[in-house]
Amino acid sequence: MSLLEIRQLKKSFGDLQVIKNISLKVQQGEVVAIIGPSGSGKSTLLRCATMLESIDAGDILYLGESAFKTDQEGKPHKVTGAELKKIRSYFGLVFQDFNLFPHFSVMKNVTDALIHTQNKSKEEAYDIGRKLLTKMGLSEKENAFPFQLSGGQQQRVSIARALALNPKVLFFDEPTSALDPELTSEVLKVIKSLAKEHMTMVIVTHEMNFAKEVANHVIFMDEGIIAEEGTPEEVFGNPKSDRTKAFIKGYH
Amino acid sequence: MDLLTLLSNLSDGMIVSIQIFALTLVLSLPLGLIVALGRMSKNPILRNFVKVYISFMRGTPLMLQLMVVYFGPYYILGLSMPRGYRFYAVIIGFALNYAAYFAEIYRGGIESMSVGQYEAAKILGYSKMQTFFRIIMPQVIRRIIPSITNEVITLVKDTSLAYVISVTEMFTVARAVASAQANMMPYVAAGVFYYVFNFVVATVMEKIENKLSYYR
Repeated sequence: MSLLEIRQLKKSFGDLQVIKNISLKVQQGEVVAIIGPSGSGKSTLLRCATMLESIDAGDILYLGESAFKTDQEGKPHKVTGAELKKIRSYFGLVFQDFNLFPHFSVMKNVTDALIHTQNKSKEEAYDIGRKLLTKMGLSEKENAFPFQLSGGQQQRVSIARALALNPKVLFFDEPTSALDPELTSEVLKVIKSLAKEHMTMVIVTHEMNFAKEVANHVIFMDEGIIAEEGTPEEVFGNPKSDRTKAFIKGYH
Repeated sequence: MDLLTLLSNLSDGMIVSIQIFALTLVLSLPLGLIVALGRMSKNPILRNFVKVYISFMRGTPLMLQLMVVYFGPYYILGLSMPRGYRFYAVIIGFALNYAAYFAEIYRGGIESMSVGQYEAAKILGYSKMQTFFRIIMPQVIRRIIPSITNEVITLVKDTSLAYVISVTEMFTVARAVASAQANMMPYVAAGVFYYVFNFVVATVMEKIENKLSYYR
């Protein structure tokens, strides 16, 4: 069974159809990179998968459990209550602009949800927090506040915050787009190390070399559809569609 | 009249002023939050009702509102209110009025929060209540403290309006003593009282503001 399955997803904002008809599967341990021009629907796809947006048609399943219920008119609605909570526990999301909680220390950013949404004890949560911050190279910073950190450090805190809840799949929405090249590399390094541990990840990115290097599967999106997908070698080395060719050429 | 007698004459009034001030704050700060939530409600009936309420409270003089609260039950409903109602009428009038102002301050603060904070909280599994009280409100309070300070300082001076329904707060007493003695001193003393009161208020608010400034 796929960890994540998206079936015939459609999403419009007003008259603008942002996602036309997308189906995809993500297997346990897979790293999927989603690339494509701005406005192609990549981020919207991610926001639908993480249930930050409603969807107009189709379904999203985590481990075979549907995140939506379809009403009589065929319109999907988010599941509610305990079901929604369970679906949400399957995934984490790392935002482009971090969205750390500025009034919480680094440690509290990482552990607060563990304590207050998963009812872990403070000791247990802090243990998890310390391990993750060490892994992110931030053990010195646990008492700092987000404003005292560089962008790269903030993004690593937000990765630790997402990992603390032990999600089965971690989504990244252009995790380095708000960072300068030097800080980008430290964040990409962390994501690569997660890939080595076979963390399942879906990454929307503009970093083509990174996508090529880290992903098992690359999806090229254009105008709300998957224009091409395959292994990095296939998509980058031997693209079939002209649109993909043009896009990839633009990056060299 | 020597200063000591003057002060002892005024002291009862001072206590009433301080009571009006404290009770108004204790009631209107939470009430303002509820009004703000009503103002931002998805329900159009509630939202518009609250909007009209705020509009009246801010659009008419507090003095008039106090008179309506005090005389209204008798003239409109024919109810004769108990003796002590005078003081309660002041507190009700002040609380309703200040709640409207605080509500708009809360709303400004809440609406200034980025949607990313809500989204991050949602992804991390916080309930709506937890998101509001753990993530949103602490940041909102920090942002709105300067505006709250403004209102609180105005409130200190507004307590003198209670005289319109003959609640003998500080200013009423000062006026009575001044006209009985044909002397300016009670007014000077009243001025000093309000100034010192506000100085303390401003100092306390500054302390709170500094305490909340541990992050950016």
